[in-house]
Amino acid sequence: MAPNTRIILICSGKGGVGKTTLTANLGIALAQQGVKTAVLDADFGLRNLDLLLGLENRIVYTAQEVLEETCRLDQALVKHKRESNLALLPAGNPRMLDWLKPDDMQRIVSMLAEKFDYVLIDCPAGVEDGFKNAASAAQEAIVITTPEISAVRDADRVIGLLNTKSIKPIQLVLNRVRPKMIASQEMLSVNDVTDILALPLLGLVLEDEQVIVSTNRGEPLTLTGSKSPAARCYGNVARRLQGEDIPLIDPSKEGQSLRDKFRRLMATKIF
Amino acid sequence: MTLRDILNKLIGRQQSSANTAKERLQLVLAHDRSDLSPELLDQMRREILNVVAKYVEIDMDEGAVSLETEDRMTALVANLPIKRTLKTPITE
Repeated sequence: MAPNTRIILICSGKGGVGKTTLTANLGIALAQQGVKTAVLDADFGLRNLDLLLGLENRIVYTAQEVLEETCRLDQALVKHKRESNLALLPAGNPRMLDWLKPDDMQRIVSMLAEKFDYVLIDCPAGVEDGFKNAASAAQEAIVITTPEISAVRDADRVIGLLNTKSIKPIQLVLNRVRPKMIASQEMLSVNDVTDILALPLLGLVLEDEQVIVSTNRGEPLTLTGSKSPAARCYGNVARRLQGEDIPLIDPSKEGQSLRDKFRRLMATKIF
Repeated sequence: MTLRDILNKLIGRQQSSANTAKERLQLVLAHDRSDLSPELLDQMRREILNVVAKYVEIDMDEGAVSLETEDRMTALVANLPIKRTLKTPITE
């Protein structure tokens, strides 16, 4: 295994909070910074990473054939058409779930680690075998959640499980942040969530309709050089991962209208 | 307490939903993290009250034993209002 490869699990517990979108955008953003990055779709049951990256028509072999040794790793890797530093290792047939073991995950990840600087593992939702297999191969983790009680509760379960393994550091990404709702105290604030989960915040991602547009097209926001809020946030997460000191976006400074200012006044702590 | 909370109190409206969410989460996480079933917690609460009652007279209705959590550490917090101290502790 290449000694400096970072193997990062991207997990959430709850489904639909943005694991795969983060994996795709982070993969592209890291590749753009010139580091060789592999994204591994560990969600064998419900794979989608290929779709978000727009690579669904280029898949010939998958992780399954690599494990069965019916093809070489570089035959299964799908290089991104516009970002040559990024490659996807697609998930195999859902029937893989019947026999896949932590050993298999570790084998496939160490093969990737020989060739890449970063290996991002897109973890399935849940805390069952799929999660455990994926986690067994990871060195560090990014837990992604949204400011909703069900997502935060599930994230807490996942953090508890990660803490029992030697996965370090575990960092938090807070997704789908709506500054206006936080200002009117109808959404958990960034501090509320970081206090509760007690994890260092790697970044927050503002709610952004452009994310849906980009997934429709199979072109992650970070790929198209979009100036949209979420694109900026994903870019910041990638740069922080690389060790750059980028200040966090302050959601309370996002809206500048008189109405937003009034909302912020109303949220001032008195005692 | 924020300006909005004060205003809401004055006009008799519910507290903001973010605060409700935070309180509900903290409670449910304290239980999730400790992995104690409600029955076990209740049994523990009754036994604790019985032990304390040997030494001081406590208000059994007001007494509360609950789980609280901060920084991923869960604490068992007992709040037992003492009515008076017993002159001679009850010993078996």
